[in-house]
Amino acid sequence: MKTRTSWRATLGAILSLALAGTAHAQLQLNGAGATFPYPIYSKWFNEYIKVDPAVRFNYQSIGSGGGIKQISEQTVDFGATDGPMSDEQLHAAPAPLLHFPTVLGAAVLTYNLQGVQTGLKFTPEAIAGIFLGKITKWNDAALTAANPGVSLPPSDIVLVHRSDGSGTSYIFTDYLSKVSKDWNNKVGKGTAVSWPVGLGGKGNEGVTGLVKQTPNSIGYVELIYALSNELPFGDVKNEAGTFVKPSLESVTAAAAGAVQSMPDDFRVSITNAPGADAYPISSFTWLLVYEKQKDPAKGKKLVEFIKWMLHDGQQYTAALHYAPLPKEVVAKEDQALRKITTADGKPLAE
Amino acid sequence: MTNPETPARAVEWPVPRAAAPRLARRLNLGDLIFRALTAGLALLIIAVLASILVVLIYESSVSIRTFGWGFLRSSAWDPVFKEFGALPFIYGTLVSSFLALLQAVPLSIGTALFLSELSPRWLRAPVSFLVELLATIPSVIFGLWGIFFLIPWVRSYLNPTLAATLGFLPFFQGPNYGVGMLTASMILAIMVVPYVTSVTYEVFAAVPSVQREAALALGATKWEMVRLAVLPYGRTGIIGAVMLGLGRAIGETMAVTMVIGNRAEISASLFAPGATMASVIANEFNEATYELYVQALVEIGLVLLIVTVIINALARLLVWSVAGPDANTRRG
Amino acid sequence: MTTVSTRRRVVNVVAQAGAVACTVVVLVPLVLIFGYLLLKGCSSLSWSFFTQLPKPVGEVGGGMANAIVGTLTLVGLACSLGLPVGVLAGVFLGEYGGGRVAWVVRFCADVLAGVPSIVIGIYAYTLVVLPMHGFSAYAGGFALAVIMLPIVARTTEEMVKLVPSTLREASLALGVPTWRTTLWVVVRTARGGIITGIMLSVARVAGETAPLLFTAFGNQFWHQGLTGPISSLPVQIYTYAISPFDDWHRQAWAGALVLLLLVFLTSLAVRVVTRGQVRSVV
Repeated sequence: MKTRTSWRATLGAILSLALAGTAHAQLQLNGAGATFPYPIYSKWFNEYIKVDPAVRFNYQSIGSGGGIKQISEQTVDFGATDGPMSDEQLHAAPAPLLHFPTVLGAAVLTYNLQGVQTGLKFTPEAIAGIFLGKITKWNDAALTAANPGVSLPPSDIVLVHRSDGSGTSYIFTDYLSKVSKDWNNKVGKGTAVSWPVGLGGKGNEGVTGLVKQTPNSIGYVELIYALSNELPFGDVKNEAGTFVKPSLESVTAAAAGAVQSMPDDFRVSITNAPGADAYPISSFTWLLVYEKQKDPAKGKKLVEFIKWMLHDGQQYTAALHYAPLPKEVVAKEDQALRKITTADGKPLAE
Repeated sequence: MTNPETPARAVEWPVPRAAAPRLARRLNLGDLIFRALTAGLALLIIAVLASILVVLIYESSVSIRTFGWGFLRSSAWDPVFKEFGALPFIYGTLVSSFLALLQAVPLSIGTALFLSELSPRWLRAPVSFLVELLATIPSVIFGLWGIFFLIPWVRSYLNPTLAATLGFLPFFQGPNYGVGMLTASMILAIMVVPYVTSVTYEVFAAVPSVQREAALALGATKWEMVRLAVLPYGRTGIIGAVMLGLGRAIGETMAVTMVIGNRAEISASLFAPGATMASVIANEFNEATYELYVQALVEIGLVLLIVTVIINALARLLVWSVAGPDANTRRG
Repeated sequence: MTTVSTRRRVVNVVAQAGAVACTVVVLVPLVLIFGYLLLKGCSSLSWSFFTQLPKPVGEVGGGMANAIVGTLTLVGLACSLGLPVGVLAGVFLGEYGGGRVAWVVRFCADVLAGVPSIVIGIYAYTLVVLPMHGFSAYAGGFALAVIMLPIVARTTEEMVKLVPSTLREASLALGVPTWRTTLWVVVRTARGGIITGIMLSVARVAGETAPLLFTAFGNQFWHQGLTGPISSLPVQIYTYAISPFDDWHRQAWAGALVLLLLVFLTSLAVRVVTRGQVRSVV
């Protein structure tokens, strides 16, 4: 008898803990996707609690591939990706999906070389060579030529790429496909590709972690990951011929050209952008939202968040080294928000 | 179980005769319902296993039709060009498991021998308990320890030493990352040891003491007694235990994913990164963006399931043949 | 009496020393892992660790409160699904287990116990997540229940079989119906063992990560009911472990220590309570 009562008590305690969450009576929206903008999204969702305490945005950074897949399967309320969905993918989704750019970021080459704390200079040919597996040593001619003052060790280059479906991979391979015919033919661009060499890390977090722990390694991650982990990152030679350091300014410069010709669905690539100050491996990153929202309450909260993000949210980007959206893009997005409606067509934006 | 002269159902006799017919009916109904209920739930186990198979086959049907048997032979894994082949993962799974067994089996047999033949009685329980504790450690914790302790140690000490001494072999050539097949096999070995040890211990304990005594009576030393009486008798069981360990190693996911380097490639070098069937599913399933990609991953899951089922089934049969069907081969 | 040659004596000693050495080598990782966890995790165990939610990426501090509650919730759900089926199936195997049907059930249970948990994750994703259009605690609980089921069934069978038949016969002789005998006499007698089987499966299932990746998903906040994503200790440890942030590593160690203590203490309790009868392996 004693055992039974104590079991009942334990069961009761566990059940009440389990249902404890329900007592909070908040609306929770679930999103998944890109790890590229995860630091700024995570900050936004935390700040937004103060703006609207009745809603929580639960975002899981599992990679852009995950964002595209989960929103297509309707297992989450919104997705996030740095690689815009292809026509094929949009077609495969059960209903029309909208892309909303949120910030601009840079995919940087970060490395772990003893004695090299400064930014190495990388030419497009060098990057393609390293990632194709043709350049295998750090003191290869292609690298030493661009970095005359630095003593590069004769060690093997340990390459780190993404093991999961990644928008950062998309941005990076998109860039490589543009600057290297070899890469375009052999590997191509995508959220998941068949990498010729290298180790796989899960998420921007995993790649940064591997680079941090593995000597003589190099990987591509979003700028903030390299900065917050105090890892050095390189300058990349852009189309105009200048070696550009990835930064808020150089990313904004990269977007400048595309702003005028921004398509209505916001799917645009700004890698290898023209302009003397443009950082060549930059990109927008997007939220994926269904045009027709099944749940009007959730849909309204989502629209309100996006509106906040477009205006008030942009002030948080600089501290995390993401570039804010250009004014013209914001205006266009405000317009596009009106497209989001309930299931019967009533627009959710005011 | 019951005396045939008083079968279990013959409970009417203490009941007053007048009430006997009604009680008999009520008893039968209750028994029937209970038996049907428990039997139904037991059959649910069969249903669950069958449905797992059905679900996997259904969800990989497109991939099976597209690639056919070539799926198992192809080493392409290219989501951009839509070519999928399971060979790198099958290779990774087999090699990491085989290497793990190579390290684990001698250790396990040695430990089981210690426990069954050499250990003083008071030491037996604590030591076997400690060995079992290894089995209870969750996989993710092995992975965590692997990342921060084992990988740096392998990268800084083990790999250079192996490269220096055995570098003429193709297994120990190539760049030294720390992550890779060797590290994965070491973690798998640690995870597999408690299973193989526990079952082997069971098998050795099942050896009749007559065998042991006969050997000792003939003047054998303790080691010779083991070699002559215990090991040959338990040979089938040891093989079964090894296969159980193999089954465990093949299905292991988290610890392997965290230390193997995640690269879909076949390489002779043990320093090289690789991927296993379980690790590729863990890494890519949530993010496979189109149907064929998902189906290819599910097909890998199907291959994994079939391989594990066959190995486990064989293993159980082997162990049962020595230690009986009630041997402690399934708890935990 | 013949004397033993030196060579044979040496071989004997070396072989025995070898067996001892094997045992020591096998126990070394246990000491290393537990010690390392204690070393790295102990200092991070604080009140805030147990009561706070995770902080945004890159910021220091926060805790794993939702992950701990999440694990308890998922395990509770798994138990509510898996225990009734497992225990009653085990009772069937133990009491009516002579026939061919029972043999097949037994075989299937053993095979099911060996199915890799990642495959069960795919299974639960297809059966629960997709139709429900969302990740949920239910999906995670379902996956864990499937993992738990064969373990509980087989252990229950074992314990039920251990009940001496004299008890059964005495009860039947007193006129108690068969089904009542099974429930009130046999199962009640075996309940200690059955509970230890349950505890073993709980310890095993609490540490599972792979199936939760596709089912429970993860949540930085408190879960909103059981139909939404939920955080869990193993998944959180995994996420933090592969990240580059030192603060997250620190918390991963602490979380791992909590999880390991939970599992170790359960195994110890099982060992002590059953006086070494029930093993927690395989």
